[in-house]
Amino acid sequence: MALLKLTSPHAHTAQSTANVMQLVLLATIPGLLALTVFFGWGTLINIVLASIVAVSCEAAVMRLRKRPVMVYLKDYSALVTAMLLGLALPPLAPWWIVLVGTGFAIVIAKQLYGGLGYNPFNPAMVGYVVLLISFPVQMTAWPAPLPLYPDGSSAPSLWQSLQMVLPFLNAEGIDAFTAATPLDTFKHNTGLLVEQLYQKDPLFSRANWAGIGWEWANLGFLAGGCFLLYRRVFTWHAPVAMLGALVVCSALFYDGGSSSSHGSPLMHLLSGATMLGAFFIVTDPVTSATSNRGRLIYGALIGVLIFIIRSWGSYPDAVAFAVLLMNFAAPLIDNYTLPRTYGHKKSRRATEKATEKATEKKD
Amino acid sequence: MRKVWDLIGGVHVPENKHQSVQSSIGTLPMPKELVIPLTQHIGAPPKLLVAEGEKVLKGQVLAEPKGFVSAGVHAPTSGVISAISDHPIPHPSGMAARCLTLIPDGEDRWIETKGTEAKGLEDYREHSPEELLNIIRQSGIAGMGGAGFPTAVKLSARQPISTLIINGTECEPYITADDMLMRERPQEIVEGIKILAYILGEPDEILIGIEDNKPEAYEALEPYLKDTNIELVEFQTRYPSGGEKQLIQILTDKEVPNGGLPADVGIVCQNIGTTYAVKRAIQQGEPLISRVTTVTGKACQTNRNYQVLIGTPIGHLLEHNGFDESQCPRLVMGGPMMGFTLEDLNIPVVKTTNCILAPTAEELPTPPPAQPCIRCGMCAEACPASLLPQQLFWYAQSQNHERLEAHSLFDCIECGACSYVCPSNIPLVQYYRAAKGDMRKLAQEKISSDRARERFEFHQARKEKEEAAKLAKREARKKAAEQARAKAAANEDGSTEGNVSGKTASSPADDIIKAAMARAEAQKASPEEQREKLKRGITRAESHVESVQKRLDGLDPEATDKQREQALAAIEDAQLRLNDAQQKLAALKLPSTRSASDSSMSSTPSSAEKTVMEKIKASPKEALEKKIATLKERIGVTEEKLAEADDESLKTALQNGLDKQQTKLKDAEQQLAETPNQLEAPTATPETEDAASVAIARAQAKVTAQASMSDEDKLKASVESLQNRLKKAQKKLTSAEAEGSEHIDAFRTGVEKLQAKLTAAETQLQQDAK
Repeated sequence: MALLKLTSPHAHTAQSTANVMQLVLLATIPGLLALTVFFGWGTLINIVLASIVAVSCEAAVMRLRKRPVMVYLKDYSALVTAMLLGLALPPLAPWWIVLVGTGFAIVIAKQLYGGLGYNPFNPAMVGYVVLLISFPVQMTAWPAPLPLYPDGSSAPSLWQSLQMVLPFLNAEGIDAFTAATPLDTFKHNTGLLVEQLYQKDPLFSRANWAGIGWEWANLGFLAGGCFLLYRRVFTWHAPVAMLGALVVCSALFYDGGSSSSHGSPLMHLLSGATMLGAFFIVTDPVTSATSNRGRLIYGALIGVLIFIIRSWGSYPDAVAFAVLLMNFAAPLIDNYTLPRTYGHKKSRRATEKATEKATEKKD
Repeated sequence: MRKVWDLIGGVHVPENKHQSVQSSIGTLPMPKELVIPLTQHIGAPPKLLVAEGEKVLKGQVLAEPKGFVSAGVHAPTSGVISAISDHPIPHPSGMAARCLTLIPDGEDRWIETKGTEAKGLEDYREHSPEELLNIIRQSGIAGMGGAGFPTAVKLSARQPISTLIINGTECEPYITADDMLMRERPQEIVEGIKILAYILGEPDEILIGIEDNKPEAYEALEPYLKDTNIELVEFQTRYPSGGEKQLIQILTDKEVPNGGLPADVGIVCQNIGTTYAVKRAIQQGEPLISRVTTVTGKACQTNRNYQVLIGTPIGHLLEHNGFDESQCPRLVMGGPMMGFTLEDLNIPVVKTTNCILAPTAEELPTPPPAQPCIRCGMCAEACPASLLPQQLFWYAQSQNHERLEAHSLFDCIECGACSYVCPSNIPLVQYYRAAKGDMRKLAQEKISSDRARERFEFHQARKEKEEAAKLAKREARKKAAEQARAKAAANEDGSTEGNVSGKTASSPADDIIKAAMARAEAQKASPEEQREKLKRGITRAESHVESVQKRLDGLDPEATDKQREQALAAIEDAQLRLNDAQQKLAALKLPSTRSASDSSMSSTPSSAEKTVMEKIKASPKEALEKKIATLKERIGVTEEKLAEADDESLKTALQNGLDKQQTKLKDAEQQLAETPNQLEAPTATPETEDAASVAIARAQAKVTAQASMSDEDKLKASVESLQNRLKKAQKKLTSAEAEGSEHIDAFRTGVEKLQAKLTAAETQLQQDAK
């Protein structure tokens, strides 16, 4: 047998991209469980639908691009996109919402840019924003948390849920109760002090910290994120910076709980897509800044943007917009946040020209 | 316990070291042949000292270091050099290079000068560090950790060294060569460290860096470190803590500056194996002819360390360890992180071979195809140099060299940690190697193109300058000619006043030109002048030949061949010139005897005019003074030689030369003295005081004297001189033959030539007589 000519290193970790993706999928489970417990089957249906669409789209594009389809499907990246979008979409949204969003995410946002690793924008967030802009009614109709259902009505069963999502299954007479999310509530609050609001609105009065259902979903994603951190799938920099910036901003504008308050830091941390964004969206390596220093800046700016849009923008939640805006900025951040390399006195700039280096050496 | 700093980045790689530490360092039977690559180090290739077919003894120098950064090689055993040819060497490219093939005679006999066993220094402290460095250099020791940088060079840092670090880290998986050395020969390693410390002028700190996965080595070394200032420092096992830069950072928190050396921060780092080799070289006088190498991997039945002779083919090593080739898809020299694959079992073990790894396909599986980079950043977390491997990969793919440079690609130590962790299985290091290669090549090309451009620009500038100078000269000449014309007109107008006003009215430059023109006129008119010039040329040439020959004779008997050759070449040259001049003279003579208006003559005067013009420009006085100066100089040299000469005949020869030179000097001085007097001699032109006209006058006087001499007389004189020279030459030839000089041939041809010339001259004389 002829001896192979291979380049070093010859040893390799067992870790693969597919493993990383699987870990991410695994880490969403606590959050997904919380969402299902508090908002019904909707999220699960979203995810299943999105997965089918994502895998089909991915396979179709791969076939068009004349690439081995299975090899690319096995990297699980399409499933991750589907999972994240499914978690972000309102439960019980009509099927075509999921179809359009996921299709756009995979075909336009991901594959048209070159596929895995080449997309400048987070595909799930692109899909989400497209839907939010195009179909604001469907996208802002969040079902009420199950514990807040009026007396006498029960949560929709799996079959009922399916009927709602797929109206051609004859869904007449079945209707879900929708309710304002905590962020909506704060956005539309005009006369009540925060304290009064917390007492009056069952969304807060029956919650532990920041809105029934939402707090647990966010804590679930936080737990999943901690698991990924522990498994070193990503570094702490971007999520911590984002959450930190959000806390600082919301603390600054809490306004002592007045009627014009934008909500407490705890409310901001545990409502909307905060934790999902912090640990599953902001940490998307493909579209975020590269160096740890860059990720700190990237994450912090996302946190600031989230707060600004939540408080003064016209959309209730802001993670998708903030992330996409910062996706634009990531390459720029990368240029100025190179780490200090061993043996160098200070870090360099990526835009450094050969001539600049020569003058630097003279100094 | 000393504080240690954390390694930046790094990875945990399964160690796989236990397999090869089960038995002690073994030895192997003598292989049938040893293949010793000439260059096993970084630096200039050494100078080969042996020839094919030569018998060599163990430890004999096969090639000696050539240049400062170089290392020699020695015979690992006694035997015969059967071939010096290109042979595959351990190199990632699998290339072949110059190797010596040694067939061992089985006697394993040490080189005679060292007795049956090599002998070293009894107490190295009695010798200067320079002497020890020289021994290390002559022993062919080069860094045995992998790079193979000549150890003596590394130890002769110009910067003051405050810390000596001995690298016992051996962070690569599988390799246990240094571990086993520390376990089995701790005393010798400590001795080696002491020698290194002595050479480096006893640094303040001496540290042995060792990973915490080698407790046996730690325990073995510890007892020998009592009562020494050597500190054994243990730290967490993490790849690549054994990289020189990384180890320095772990132990001292200092960083080797970018583009610098450890010596820049007062540190010298040496590997355990190298330290051991230094000890053997200094105290046992044993050059680097063997090393400890780990043979490991599941495709080998036994995994063990061996004291292997440099040049042992890998196949020999594997054969004795139950190597199953069918189980081994790739064979690695070095460790699994930085080693390279070998494709040929005949490749020899060299000074830097710390491990032969023969893994099975399960052990080190063939990498799956690379997936796209998802920029997960695991590589950046693993990078010990704090680079951004994912960005480097991106820019390496797009060949964006500017960005690669800005991302400090050249600070990559190619440790492989990034590739190791990459979940997409991208061979990152390979991309960096390729990019580095391209960039180096481009940089080289840029340097050479810059040089070419500079050369071109300089050339252009020079040409322009020359053009400008020419133009200026032309202008000046034009102006001068105009002035001369104007003056001539004035002279014609008042020729009676010319004698009086000439001194003030005419500038010397004008006079020179005028005189030259006059002289050229004169030359044209008389071919005699021409002949006279040639004659003078011949005399000059003859005297030149003589002087060169004298020089040759006067040469120290022990003078180098080169000097002799130069002198002989000079003689040849002079004789050629002489021949040339004589031929010209002969050509000139023929028409002069028959008819002065031969067509062949028409061209000569013009060229003569030119030379005369040139000659005349330098004033005769100056020329004379110059001549005197050179003569004086020559006399000085001859006197010196005379003083040095011990041979009687040489002395007389030199004395003769000296006498002649002195007469010449006297003549010249007299001439110089006469020059001002001659100024008053009556001449055709009114500018009697002008130096140029003096020369013309003198030349003319000579010409008339020559003209009075009949051709026959001239020929006779020439024949006489030729006869004299021939005699001399023959004398020299006989003496050369007596001495058995190697220049006999040259002398002989000289004599033959002279004889030919003489016969020619004699025939001419006879013809003329008829």
